[in-house]
Parts: sequence; C-alpha cells; structure tokens
Amino acid sequence: MSATRGEVVTEDPTPEQSLLVDRRNIGDPVFKGISVGSGMLILAILAAVAAFLIIQAVPAFLTDAADLKYGNTWGYVAPFLFGTIWSSFLALLMAVPVAVGIALYISHFAPKQLAAPVAFIVDLLAAVPSVVFGLWGINVLAPALVPIYQWLGANLGWIPLFGGKVSGTGRTMLTAAIVLAIMILPIITSLTREVFLRTPGLQEEASFALGATRWEMIGQVVFPFGRSGVVSASMLGLGRALGETMAVAMVLSGGRNITFQLLTSNNPNTIASNIALAFPEADSHAVPQLIATGLVLFVITFVVNMVGRAITSGRGFQWPFKRAGKEA
Amino acid sequence: MSTDTRPDAPLRDQYMPRESLTAGQLPKFTDLGLLVISIAVAAAILALFGSFNLVGAIVLGGPLFLIGIFALAFNVEGQRRAVNRVARYVILGAFILALVPLVSLLWEVISKGLPRFDWQFFTQTKRNVVGEGGGAAHAIMGTLIVTGLATVFSVPVGLFTAIYLVEYGKGWPKTVITFLVDVMTGIPSIVAGLFAYALFSTVIGPSKSGLAGAVALTVLMVPYVVRNSEEIIRLVPNSLREASYALGVTRWRTIVKVVLPTSISGIVSGVILAIARIIGETAPLLVTMGFTDSMNTNALPTGSMNPMTALPVFVYYEYTRPGRPQQAYFDRAWTGALVLVLIVMILNIIGRYVAKRFAPKINR
Amino acid sequence: MAKRMELQDLNIYYGDFLAVQGVDMVIEPRAVTAFIGPSGCGKSTVLRSLDRMLELTPGGRVEGKVLLDGQDIYAPNVDPVRVRQQVGMVFQQPNPFPTMSIRDNVLAGIQLNARKMPKAHKEEVVERSLRGANLWNEVKDRLNSPGNGLSGGQQQRLCIARAIAIQPEVLLMDEPCSALDPISTLAIEDLIQELKENYTVVIVTHNMQQASRVSDKTGFFNIESTGKPGHLIEFDATEKIFTNPSQKDTERYITGQFG
Repeated sequence: MSATRGEVVTEDPTPEQSLLVDRRNIGDPVFKGISVGSGMLILAILAAVAAFLIIQAVPAFLTDAADLKYGNTWGYVAPFLFGTIWSSFLALLMAVPVAVGIALYISHFAPKQLAAPVAFIVDLLAAVPSVVFGLWGINVLAPALVPIYQWLGANLGWIPLFGGKVSGTGRTMLTAAIVLAIMILPIITSLTREVFLRTPGLQEEASFALGATRWEMIGQVVFPFGRSGVVSASMLGLGRALGETMAVAMVLSGGRNITFQLLTSNNPNTIASNIALAFPEADSHAVPQLIATGLVLFVITFVVNMVGRAITSGRGFQWPFKRAGKEA
Repeated sequence: MSTDTRPDAPLRDQYMPRESLTAGQLPKFTDLGLLVISIAVAAAILALFGSFNLVGAIVLGGPLFLIGIFALAFNVEGQRRAVNRVARYVILGAFILALVPLVSLLWEVISKGLPRFDWQFFTQTKRNVVGEGGGAAHAIMGTLIVTGLATVFSVPVGLFTAIYLVEYGKGWPKTVITFLVDVMTGIPSIVAGLFAYALFSTVIGPSKSGLAGAVALTVLMVPYVVRNSEEIIRLVPNSLREASYALGVTRWRTIVKVVLPTSISGIVSGVILAIARIIGETAPLLVTMGFTDSMNTNALPTGSMNPMTALPVFVYYEYTRPGRPQQAYFDRAWTGALVLVLIVMILNIIGRYVAKRFAPKINR
Repeated sequence: MAKRMELQDLNIYYGDFLAVQGVDMVIEPRAVTAFIGPSGCGKSTVLRSLDRMLELTPGGRVEGKVLLDGQDIYAPNVDPVRVRQQVGMVFQQPNPFPTMSIRDNVLAGIQLNARKMPKAHKEEVVERSLRGANLWNEVKDRLNSPGNGLSGGQQQRLCIARAIAIQPEVLLMDEPCSALDPISTLAIEDLIQELKENYTVVIVTHNMQQASRVSDKTGFFNIESTGKPGHLIEFDATEKIFTNPSQKDTERYITGQFG
C-alpha cells in the first residue's frame, strides 16, 4: 500500500513505493504555478502600464503642433514640470526638518508612555485623504496666510521669491507647498523614526560615558547612524509629493506661467493637478497630450525612487544595519 | 591646582579644566515662566503695532522663548547645557508644529461636516436634486463597489506574489520582481488612473466605468498587499515549515495549512490598511469613472460611457462645481469629507487592532 | 590625581524594586578594585551607579551617597555629565563608533569636552592614549581607518584608549574581557596593571581567577534568591578574600560551590 503524504503509515510499504515521487500530487506544481504566475503578473502589469501609456501618448509627440489642443507637447508640459519639481522641492525643504525633529522626539526625548500616542497622532495625518486636505487648504490655510503674505510682499518684496502681486485668496505656490509638506510629513517621520530607534544602545552608552549631553550624543551617534535612512525617507516623501494631485488641484491657483514667485496667484500648475483639472472636459484631441504629461510624471517619480534606492543600497543599507567595510 | 603626575596633565588642565561637579542650574519653573513672559512680550509688541491676536502672539512668542532660554541657560549653566536645553524645546516644537494642522483640519471637518450628517445624506442620491437636500448614497455605493472590486483583484495577486517571493523565489527573477514591486509603490495615483483609462480606451475606445476605476485602484493596491504580506510571511519561523516537512507534508499544503494560518492576522490587517490607503483616492477615479448624480451599480463599461461616482470625487465636485445655493453644495462636500475621514480612521484602527489582537505567539 | 571613591549605605532601585541594598565600601585610588559574585547579584548595577549611568535605565535611582574625593555625586545640584567626565567606563561589548576612524574614536571625548584643543595637541593625545592602551604600535599606520575594522581585543583596547583620552580620575570596567579570546584577555589584564599607576580602576568580572590576578581589593556580592536585593557580603584585600575569606558564602563561592 503506498502512503499518501501526510498520512501515518500503518504497515511497511515496499521501499521503492514509499520513496517515489507521488505522481498524484498535482497540488505542488499547481500551487507553485499560481505563485510564479502572480509574480509574472506583476511584470505584466508594469509592462502594461508603460505600454498603454505610451500607446495613448505617442500621438501627442508625433502629431503636428497645430493639430493639438495645447500646441507643442513639450512646450505644454514644461511649465507643469517646473511647477511639479518646484512645489515638491519646497515641500521637502519644510517637511524634512520637522519630520526629523518629531522622529527624534519620539525616539529619544519623549517619556516612554508618550512615544506611542505621539506616533499615532502623526500617523493620523497620513490617514486624511487628499481631497480633505484640499478642502482645508482652501478654506482655512489659504485665508489664514493672506495677512502674512501681504506683510511679506510689502516688506520683503524686493526678494524675488516674494515679488509679484500678492494673492488675495492665498492660493499660492507657498500655500500649496505647505499643504504638500504636511501631507508627506507622516511618511518621512515614520521611516526616520524607525531608523533612529534602531540606533545601537551600546554606542549611545559609549557617548554618554564620555560625558556627552543628550543632544551631543544625538549628534555623535544617532545622526551618523541614521543619515542614509533619513535620505531614503526623504526620497520616498519626495516621490509622494511629486505625484500628489487633488490637494494641489484645489489649493493652487495654477496656470502655465513659469516663475519662482511664491506669493502670487499666477503659478505654474503641477502635472498631476493639471491632468485632474483638464481631464474631465478633455476631448480626443486633448487626452493624448494629458496622458503624455502623465508619462513624464511617471518617468520623474521613477527616477527619484531609483535614486533614493541607489543612495541607500550604495551605503550598504540593510536591516539590521551592517556597516560597510567591516574587515576582520 | 592638580598634583596629577600623568605626563600631559598640564595639557588636560589647559583645555579641559576640572570643573566642579555642581553646575549652576536654572530653577525648576524657569522654562514655563519664561515661556509665559515671551508670549506676553510678543502680544505686547503686536498690540503696539495694532494687530494683536492670540495665535500671532504664540507664534512670535515661541522664537522669543527659545532665544531667551538659551541666553539664560548660557549664563547660568554653561554653553553645552544651554544648547541641550534649547534643542529639547526645538524638537518638542516640531511636534507641536505638526499638531496644529491636524487639530485645525479635524476641527474644520467635524464642525462643517456635522450639519448634513443625517439620514438623508446616506440614503438619497443627487438625482434631480438642485440646491438643498439630496445625499451621497450613490457616491458611497460607488466607493464600496470600486474598492470591493479592487480588493478582489489585488488580494489574490498580491498574496500569491508574496508567497512566490518568500517560498519559491530565487535568483534574478526574484530580484527583478522585488524591484518591480518597489517601482509599483511609486506610481503616482493619477498615473495609475491614466493607465486604466488608456487600457480601456485602447481596447474598447474612450469610456468611463467602475471597472476601469477598480483596475486603477488595483494597480495602486497590489504593491501594498505584496509588501505587507511578504513581511508577515517571512516572519513565520522556518522551524514551523521544517516541522511540517518532517511529517511528510507537501510543500503547498505546508504553505496553506501552516504558514498562512500563522500569518493570517498580519495579512488581513495589511489588507485592511491597504484598503484604508486607497479608499480616499480621488484622482484615478476622476479620470476613469467620471461623475454622475445618480445611483449606478453597474461597473462594466456597457455603452462605453457608464460613469459611477465615488465618495472622494463626490466631495471634490460638490465643492468645486457648486450650483445654487452654494452653501448646500459646500455642506454636502464637507459631510462627504467627514464620512471619508471617519471611514479611513476606522479602517486604520480596525487594521491595527486585528494585527495586535490576533498575532500568533510564536516562540523564537 | 586618581581619586578615592566611597559608597555610603547605598541602595539602588529600579522603580520600586530594590536591586542592591546597603553597600558600604571605600575604593582606593591608584589601585584595582574588583567586584565578583554570581549572575544577577548587582555588581554591574553598583558599577553603573558610580558614574551615574544607572539613571539612563528607566526607573534607575539611588539612595545613599557615592563620594568622589569627598563630594557626593548624587547631591542635588550635581551635573551627571560632569561626573562622567571624571569617571569613565569601558563596556563588556567593545563599542567603538563605527562611523569614525580610529583617531576620531580616541578623540571622541576630547571633541565633546575640550573642543578648543589645537590639532597638534590632539595628535599628542591620540598617541598618548593609544600607547596607554597598548594599541599604538598596532594601529599607528592606520589611524584613519574605521574604528570597527579591528579585532575584538583591539577594539576593546581602542575603547580603553578612548576612555583614558579625557584622563578620568576613575576608570570603570564592566566585564571588559568576557567577549574576548584568552590572548586578548591577558593583554587587557596586563594593561590594567599599568593603568592602575595613574587611575583608580574598578572592574566587574565573573571570572574569579581574573579578579585574583588583577586586583588589589575585591568585593564579593551575593543575592539570596531572585527577587531579593543583592548585598555586598565581604570586601577586603584580594589576597585575603581568595585564601582566607571571613564569610561562609564567600568561601563557598570561590571554591565553586555555587555561581
């Protein structure tokens, strides 16, 4: 009697029979096939994303500019590309220091009981959908910032960033950047916090034993240890900011004007926001161009993500942290 | 003076003189007192310029406090301790800075969303509704349908990919797929929407449908499911698998009967959290599903234009394209926002609770 | 000048749990004092109370006095940071800073406490400290290479060099050799004999032979049972402890009957 796998053998089978591969076991190949197939599906999906986007976008690059709704596609996408990068850069500039500060607070300053609630509160920010940030941005943030913008424009208007006619609604590049910063704050904070929490206690003790204050210890041990982690977290945040759509669409008063000015209503829109605004009414002449701009966005976010990954893997970034160059 | 006989004691004394163990110390309530004073001073300054307000006083008082406490501590406690003190407050300030928008936002959403948080909102649509009344039943249904479909599509794919990566994968296919999953997490949501639109457009021509929306959300959801499931499955100790193999159990049965049940709570939690992430997505649904005032439960692109409304899109349009009276539309938008926020938060809480409560106690 | 330390009726708590009770002892300058005893008896805890590292563990606090040259380091206005400038510590696991070179590791304490020292003097300090730790000859050609590229024994000597660079009065060593091989252990034991000429050294060790080789005075700690506080059972010249102890428990421990 040959035994089916998993059943207890009640009599001695002949040796040849019990050790042969059970040909009736089709479960393994099928299951493995499904699993491998799923993996291949991932490949297929990504290939499809690239392929279909390109298919639909190609007309925008090949057709004569006169036949296109928005004229030359590259010329069309340029201000939005600028707006995307500029707004995300500003957001990153504001978000990273705050994120690092909060992460430090949670990992090294807060009393043990406070650490979890504080982390939870920051994660609450991550749970708020983009449209809701948009609503809040138009209704609360923008109007609140108007007096500040007016003061800046009046007193520091000679600085190019603060030049131009100050917006009366507050729907400016700076406002949009602030909303973006708030939106990407949770992800940068949570990743940075993980990194800081992994700082080896032994090294922190070594620093204290030499007579360091807490802040000095952080500078001597925590920051060097967490440096690449912070960069990687920031890249991830940047990627999110680049792709953010609705909040920007609602908060930013955007057009096709390329400028660095922060306080006016005449701003370059972002690629994503522009697509969201233009797509509902777009006809078959306009859609390919919009998709083309989407393709450009895809490429940039892809590059940013790759750079972030390269930075961390180049420094031997693994969990748990192993430092490069550890020879006996 | 030191009678240290060690060779370079003079060197040490010159640059690192032995200070007494006791340092000057600021009395306990100095910090609080100085904070209050700073805010008061800031308020006074603002009043002088004729623009007093409480928020402004606090905003201005903060930096004043930091400067003041540094100067005070520098004189009393020495530079290093002063820096340490100020650093602690700056860091605390970062947290408070993050709290402000959160509190403001929640307050706004709750206070503006409550007026229309009524039965009518949840049971009626906007069909033939101009002005007051009506509700978001069609939008809520749309969100449920499209999110449900996306979940049905992405969980099997995501789970089995994770199983592949942990249990079967090796060599360069595994590396490539891991890499691709990472790429997928970075796809902007609007690009996912454009892809779904492009896909359907190429195959059946320009169209809008709930199915397209589900496809877009799937593209966004799959990588989260993969990443999370992979992590959870990886945590299952090899000793459990080996115990199963040692009993002569086949590989697939081991995965299905041992590995998955052990990790099921983490997987479920991950799926719930992934749903929470995508349920608030607006942009891809705007592009693929369009917008309608009526209830539509048909997700297929029948007749090519078969728009369906989802809750986030509802909120967006109610607010940005209001009719008259505007306030009625704004009210509905805010209530929709409130419902959205509530759903996401509840899902988050449930997801985390499931992970904690049902986590298996594995012996390490 | 290496300083004397004195413990007076010291009780050490973690939260409400009394970990060590009623310790009285005098730690002589320019001598090596060893703490021995079975696991969990509190010897490391007492060591950590000597440089105020104890309070870095949540709930760690003391009652009683610890005098450094007559001054109570737990007096109200005392700054723990300053205490640690005078009382240095070497840990069981070597922990050089991995992001720093050997030179920067040695100078880590100087960077914090004596920032204004000119570069030339810093080089002197590096050489002097590495010589003092018997590591100079092995690393003098590669001061710029990473601190954790050395062998275990070398890393521990680097940590010792780092600790003595700021010339503390007292050097605490918490089982410094337990993670090392026998050859490195012997090297560190020789080093300790040299260090005692200039520092007060207190060493915790679970290796009795090491204590008898290295120390001038030995304190034997013991604990009745888990959950009870540890006590200092006997404290005397090392010679006496190991040949003719006065307490029964001490004798039982050193003859290997328990622990």
